[in-house]
Amino acid sequence: MSDHDRAPGATVALERFALPNGLRVVLAPDRSVPVVGVAVVYDVGIRSEPEGRTGFAHLFEHLMFQGSANLEKLAHFRHVQGSGGTFNGSTHLDYTDYYEMLPSNALERALFLEADRMRGPRLTEETLRNQVDVVKEEIRVNVLNRPYGGFPWLKLPPVLFEAFPNAHDGYGSFDDLEAATVADAAEFFERYYAAGNAVLSVAGDLDVVRAAELVERHFSDVPARPAPARPDFAEPDVTAERRQSYVDKLAPLPAFAAAWRVPDPLTDFAGYLPYVVLAEVLTDGDASRLVRRLVLTDRIATSVGGYVSFMGEAFDVRDPTALLLQAHLPSGGSVDRVLAVAAEELDRVATDGLEPGELDRTVARMSTHLLREADTVLGRALYYAVHEQQRSDPALSHELPHRLAEVTAEQVRAAAAALTTARRATVEVVPGGAR
Amino acid sequence: MTALLGPRELPALEENRSLVVPPSAERTLGNGLTVIVVERRSVPLVEVRLRIPFGRSTLDPSFVARAALMGQTLFSGTASMSTVEIAAALQSVGGALHAGVDVDRLLISGNGLATGLERILSILSDVLRAAAYPEDEVTTERSRLLDRIRIAQSQPSHLVRVALLRRMYGDHPYGVQNPSAADVEPLRTADMAALHGARVHPAGAVLVIAGDVNAWTALDIANATLGAWDGLGGAEVTPPTPPLRPGPIVLADRAGSVQSSVRLALPAVGRTHPQHAALQLANLVFGGYFSSRWVENIREDKGYTYSPHSVLDHSVAGSSVVLAADVATDVTAAALLETYYELGRIATVPIKPEELEQARQYALGSLLLGMSTQAGLAGLTTTYAAYGLRLDYLVEHTARLASATREDVAAAAATYLAPARAVTVVLGDADRVAASLSALSTVELLAPPATGTLETPPEDAVPPPPAGPDAGPAGD
Repeated sequence: MSDHDRAPGATVALERFALPNGLRVVLAPDRSVPVVGVAVVYDVGIRSEPEGRTGFAHLFEHLMFQGSANLEKLAHFRHVQGSGGTFNGSTHLDYTDYYEMLPSNALERALFLEADRMRGPRLTEETLRNQVDVVKEEIRVNVLNRPYGGFPWLKLPPVLFEAFPNAHDGYGSFDDLEAATVADAAEFFERYYAAGNAVLSVAGDLDVVRAAELVERHFSDVPARPAPARPDFAEPDVTAERRQSYVDKLAPLPAFAAAWRVPDPLTDFAGYLPYVVLAEVLTDGDASRLVRRLVLTDRIATSVGGYVSFMGEAFDVRDPTALLLQAHLPSGGSVDRVLAVAAEELDRVATDGLEPGELDRTVARMSTHLLREADTVLGRALYYAVHEQQRSDPALSHELPHRLAEVTAEQVRAAAAALTTARRATVEVVPGGAR
Repeated sequence: MTALLGPRELPALEENRSLVVPPSAERTLGNGLTVIVVERRSVPLVEVRLRIPFGRSTLDPSFVARAALMGQTLFSGTASMSTVEIAAALQSVGGALHAGVDVDRLLISGNGLATGLERILSILSDVLRAAAYPEDEVTTERSRLLDRIRIAQSQPSHLVRVALLRRMYGDHPYGVQNPSAADVEPLRTADMAALHGARVHPAGAVLVIAGDVNAWTALDIANATLGAWDGLGGAEVTPPTPPLRPGPIVLADRAGSVQSSVRLALPAVGRTHPQHAALQLANLVFGGYFSSRWVENIREDKGYTYSPHSVLDHSVAGSSVVLAADVATDVTAAALLETYYELGRIATVPIKPEELEQARQYALGSLLLGMSTQAGLAGLTTTYAAYGLRLDYLVEHTARLASATREDVAAAAATYLAPARAVTVVLGDADRVAASLSALSTVELLAPPATGTLETPPEDAVPPPPAGPDAGPAGD
């Protein structure tokens, strides 16, 4: 048996079923620790929000914590934490998740809380205005009041993409946030937060038969509504280099991020994986190609990073998405020069291929990252839910180390060859302050 | 939307799960290194932490700079391996190691495939015994550190921390925790080698290994790889922190800031103090988790801020409660008023039984969650070892949390959370907030710092993963 076969749950068949109302369920027992992770994932994200309502998917996610039929405002937080648990939610490009990690004696309570808001949140003018204020402070603290705020995840999509769903600011403009209404929220819930558009996943200290009973008890009377048709967000690849810059008045030093489109993560997973590996070959640690060249040898960058998908979630994203490279430069550094040297290194991989051992060690480190995430019941619950939703394959995370190990050096070489200047979109941060 | 169905009842909790301390083994090697191995055979990985005491007897900004750069160059080559060779050799067993220094310790942390434990510890041993600090690499890392210092100077979270530490600790060694550019610039290989020679030694150090290993086998591997690490170090003891001195609100100007960064510090007790559990619970009720009075007030009721939090913070030489909230500029004084109000309320008015029970459950549950992963176990074991404690201490602590009474918690709140004992620092646009702040208390405008400093010595060259809208309410 190889190491990879011993990922938690890897030898345990996942329990997978659907309720008559359309809710899909994944249960994954692991009795080694007295905790459970509970995740509910809705198939709606930043890409689905309408024009004039930028930031709405995220704002709505906040509203899902503001009470529901049997829960006053604040009750959700108090019940989870008063059970010894933690909670959060997050809004992604293609989905929105809500989750708890709790001692396993609170499993039924967590299911109750998720079912109650799946039947419908309390949407009031008061909580909407309160949460618009909170979200504005979130944007100030994460984007407006700090250097490199929103770089590159909010700054690069409008350069790489043209269609509104892919290109717009997912945090939203203050104008759009302030214009949001309770009616908008009710309509958004009605359309996207259908049982048929959701997946519930529970991982950890549970008995499958008992947990299935509890799921039915709490979720079976959630009204059935079908999943809305998912729009096609596809748009053509970049065929002529794109380049933009903006002044960040708080940033003291230059930076840039560049992106190239990659194959469809769902319909061409085998073609997509070499790009995920390539990003690590280029940037994971001091032995990676670009850290060696740009940071340690030429000293023209102070840090370099690379990953697939704008939010760094290579296995939780749909098409269209991209491989990103980003770098911070020393004072007075030339973005053109760093881009040229990076292109030279890509060309070196494309021409000469990988060094002996380079692929194996890169994949070994990637396996560690995947297994480490799988060591938490919550990490597993989230992966199962998203992979059920996007791929109808909740056990994908168990297979990922194997799938990565199957990527060949030739595939990585070919991926590097595809990262041409003509297909590249770059955004540059021009330092405007703190001199 | 389901009004016709009538109210549904919140399901009761099943019986509390008990804290189970995983199997572990410990050995003190001949060179004085304490090795603790914790078994959690879930995923085929291993977590490694090496904590070397790095206390200091006096406030010495130059030491802060040397320690920061040493942490950043520790893995930059040995007598026999280059930076790249070290990184590649670790990567080949799915591993990586990083070093970081704070006021109390040098911490080397990493992980990898469990089958690679021997390789990881061998490389660690080589680095500890023969780190070379090559001049080229020191030059590169020094430039990178200087760039990071410049970036930190534009970050409000960093600037307010610098001001708060100075306000809390004055001339105590904790008063400056961040390297300045002026102190970093002159550093060379010889400085790194000298500091390494003086301080990087096994006596007093603790190695923690947690994961998919047999504890006894792992102890043998540790002994075989690190048993020859030697040399005598000059341990320095940090004097106890001075008491906080309440005074005017310290206002640090940041022209044009769209938020104010509000920080308060209050006194606290250490982990083994009889009032520790009670203070932990009092802090939770006040502002230590989302379902607390302070968060419900200034976020969920008033919308002044996104993620306020109050933390019981322990360092080797002293403990404190630190409050942090970034609030809209226009409501700076209003947010501070509510903060003083909530502190005054918890210090003077009895808390409700249900508030205590909720906080108690949260504290107990957090221990279960924290011990449910290899990384969590490694972190907890390392943290407690710094105070001479082992994981089984958490069983005792659980009992103290379970038995703390309302009276205990009220007494802790009255003693430690009283607003009269707080020091307050605000970083914001002074032109817009000074006048309203002065309605609450005397305001003292802080002179801008002369040189750049860095909040935390960067432990990793790779930029952090992109932050999405971490949309939800910030947990705890």
